[in-house]
Amino acid sequence: MKEAGALRPRNDPMALLDLDNLNKRYGALTVTDDLSLSVEAGEIVGILGPNGAGKTTLFNLVAGTVKPNSGTVTFDGRDVTRDGAAQRCRAGISRSFQVPQPFNGMTVFENVLVGATFGRAAPDAGEFAMQALEKSGLARKANMLAGSLPLLDRKRLELARALATEPRLLLLDEIAGGLTDSECHELLDVLRAVHASGVTMVWIEHVVHALLSVAQRLVVVNFGRKIADGLPDEVMASREVRSVYLGDDAHG
Amino acid sequence: MDWINIIIQGILVGGLYALFATGLSLIFGVMRLVNIAHGDLIVASAYLAYGVMQLTGVGPLTSLIAVIPLAALFGYLLQLLVLNRTLDKDILPPLLVTFGLSIIIQNGLLEIFSANSHKLNLGSFEIESIHLMPGVDIGYFPLLTFAVAVAVVFGLQQLFYHSAIGRAFRAVSDDPEVAQLMGLNNRTVYASAMALCLAVVAVAGVFMAIRANFDPSMGPGRLIFGFEAVIIGGLGNLWGTLAGGVILGVAQALGAQIDPGWQLLSGHIVFLLILAVKPQGLFPKGAA
Repeated sequence: MKEAGALRPRNDPMALLDLDNLNKRYGALTVTDDLSLSVEAGEIVGILGPNGAGKTTLFNLVAGTVKPNSGTVTFDGRDVTRDGAAQRCRAGISRSFQVPQPFNGMTVFENVLVGATFGRAAPDAGEFAMQALEKSGLARKANMLAGSLPLLDRKRLELARALATEPRLLLLDEIAGGLTDSECHELLDVLRAVHASGVTMVWIEHVVHALLSVAQRLVVVNFGRKIADGLPDEVMASREVRSVYLGDDAHG
Repeated sequence: MDWINIIIQGILVGGLYALFATGLSLIFGVMRLVNIAHGDLIVASAYLAYGVMQLTGVGPLTSLIAVIPLAALFGYLLQLLVLNRTLDKDILPPLLVTFGLSIIIQNGLLEIFSANSHKLNLGSFEIESIHLMPGVDIGYFPLLTFAVAVAVVFGLQQLFYHSAIGRAFRAVSDDPEVAQLMGLNNRTVYASAMALCLAVVAVAGVFMAIRANFDPSMGPGRLIFGFEAVIIGGLGNLWGTLAGGVILGVAQALGAQIDPGWQLLSGHIVFLLILAVKPQGLFPKGAA
């Protein structure tokens, strides 16, 4: 028989996303270690952690490109652990990549149109793709080849393409990295607008001030384990987080 | 006038080579799969048309109404049930599996239809021609073959660049992992591409079988012509593939003029020369 929930730190099957005791190992290397996490609909959850902490793997596990060795992924009350990436995309999970990976041989519009056509059920793909471009500030460059875009626009395209699949949960992987301050502000405005339209977000980011300006909750991951989960101020003030993530001397 | 005639006939034969090649080009473009059984699938389509004609009594072109969908269905299932399992980072498994498939098809056809050659009969249309000028006659059938090749390339080009499934092909070709995150099921996209490839193969098979005799051992030769046309034209460029077929056809026609034994050889020599001078082909392009 299964044990009652006593040993599980947080397990909320009513949440939009619920990860329950996820484990992912590559040979002897454990990249996700008994990780449990719930995200309520409407939240913006920030994820911090040093390089190699397993943040991107966590996204891969949620998006379905990587399957866990054990544990379950529940989305909107349904167990999607066995579902592939395409199925999860259509269910409403969408992710952007740290290093933008547009379809280089296609125009900006076509890039977004693919997600709008195949990532959702409604037939108005063209219109919806254009809306996603407008939200991301790329509408004027719709007919440019994606491969020719500068970095900020590539990041915008990552976002536009994720939005085009009509997500309910948006996973953002270091979308602010490499941007100037003013570019970062523009991006934050876009993200706030997307959130206001009802999209739940989980955001991995090293640009801490950007993350703190929108995140309602902060989760810190190290060695594949969750070491903190709470209000941003509290988490940033915690000694363990400061020593692990910020590299501060615990005695200083 | 002789030379003009030879070049024109070569160009028209090039249309048939382009039909052999477009399916190969398409499959390689979408999923980086080199299909060694491609030529045998062309020959098998010819036999399928032969079978349909025997059963129903229709002509070869009419038989395409049945042969194209049957071939496409076969392609879809072949990809879904067999070839998808071989696709990975390693390019060797698909080569070995399609090589095995090639042997199976050849021997299967030999078992069923024997080694005797057959031909699909189109009646007087085969020998009628337009008299262009003294010494230059253009046969209706070679002209039709070429027109069909142009139409197939044009149609595929439209499909690739102006339709949802075309965008799916290009997206999967560009980045299979990201394509899945856009809601595309790569396995069924690959299967659709193979279905489309086999639809073109069916057309190629029937036109090949009307033009000349065919037998179960002819597949590998058609594969070579197809490969050469694809590589001359530049990988992933369908109009380039058509040009590649034409260049191959003209080279063979000119070679045959020098000496009948030089027909195939001169085609291969031109292919080698182009490969040596422009390894990317004459009209290289990103994945199409």
